[in-house]
Amino acid sequence: MKKKQKIALTVSAVIALALGVVPAAGAMHIMEGYLPVAYCIAWGVICIPFLVAGWFSIKKTLTGHRKSITILAMTGAFIFVLSSLKIPSVTGSCSHMTGTGLGAILFGATAVSILGIIVLIFQAILLAHGGLTTLGANTFSMAIAGPLVSLGIYKLSKVLKINKHVGIFLAAALGDLFTYCVTSVQLALAYPSAQGGVATSAVKFLAVFAPTQVPLAVIEGLLTVVIIFGLETYAKNELTEIGFLKVG
Amino acid sequence: MKTRTKVIILLVIVLLIALIPLFALKGAEFGGSDDAGSQVVNEITGGDYQPWFTPVMESWIGGELPGEIESLLFCVQTGIGVGIIAFVMGRLVERNKKEKTKSGKSGDSGDSNIAIG
Repeated sequence: MKKKQKIALTVSAVIALALGVVPAAGAMHIMEGYLPVAYCIAWGVICIPFLVAGWFSIKKTLTGHRKSITILAMTGAFIFVLSSLKIPSVTGSCSHMTGTGLGAILFGATAVSILGIIVLIFQAILLAHGGLTTLGANTFSMAIAGPLVSLGIYKLSKVLKINKHVGIFLAAALGDLFTYCVTSVQLALAYPSAQGGVATSAVKFLAVFAPTQVPLAVIEGLLTVVIIFGLETYAKNELTEIGFLKVG
Repeated sequence: MKTRTKVIILLVIVLLIALIPLFALKGAEFGGSDDAGSQVVNEITGGDYQPWFTPVMESWIGGELPGEIESLLFCVQTGIGVGIIAFVMGRLVERNKKEKTKSGKSGDSGDSNIAIG
């Protein structure tokens, strides 16, 4: 039995260790003050319905299944950890993961918007990472668009009868990648290229973000599967309650 | 394949992906990709773009956040997250153990046969 605890310990230790080897550097959300005011407001407004839906979705889950609050806390913590780990990538620059795929798969995409915005506010205020003015845009890319894609891919892989864990891997990894695609498009919309307009500009931003992000997306997918393994082993009741595992 | 083996293999792959660039690209700067992002903004707008809003923390302390302090705060963020995950996982593991003891299977539920639902 002790070995099982050791696994839990090892997982947390590995995550902590990974932090130690990562060189500190800036990262990737849209920087404070880098979006024109109109865009800041527009993205913020777009986020509001998702956040409201998320609030109600979380409330509903928690009133229905009181116990699942521990799992919810854990998915939130997962986002906290993953979005704080800046990992070196093949392009010679660092970026970090989003960690939102797990929450989207377990609690639905809108619920994650609440968890995501908490992390983004934390980073914007304390870390000068991302920003309060760009909070709307960053929330949309990381806590809304990414999770929506994750959930979509997870559901699709279910329909296509792909192995569940492979599906989860794809969902988390592609959701992570999509977050950066959205970020690129957001920047491109605000800074269309003089020749070629938004599309050219988007390709330019993508060229910066995407190659860095691909390996990280793979890591995020793998870590999400690891956490799911852990939960499936130790929290069957909760997962069944929130409808992730089928009864029986 | 047993779950534990799978978990270990996955974690090893994660570590490899994270560490290989560090050794493969010797002397690379590993700056943040948002710095690269700012450069593209400059390139497109054709000039040095001046952000119109400074991060609140930077205006509070009147300057850029020192690198060490920034990594400290990032550590705090990680710490909060890892703390919660470890706490919840610990509770769940213990609960599982108790339930198994109750149902009288504790003796033979070996270490390796972690069941998946």
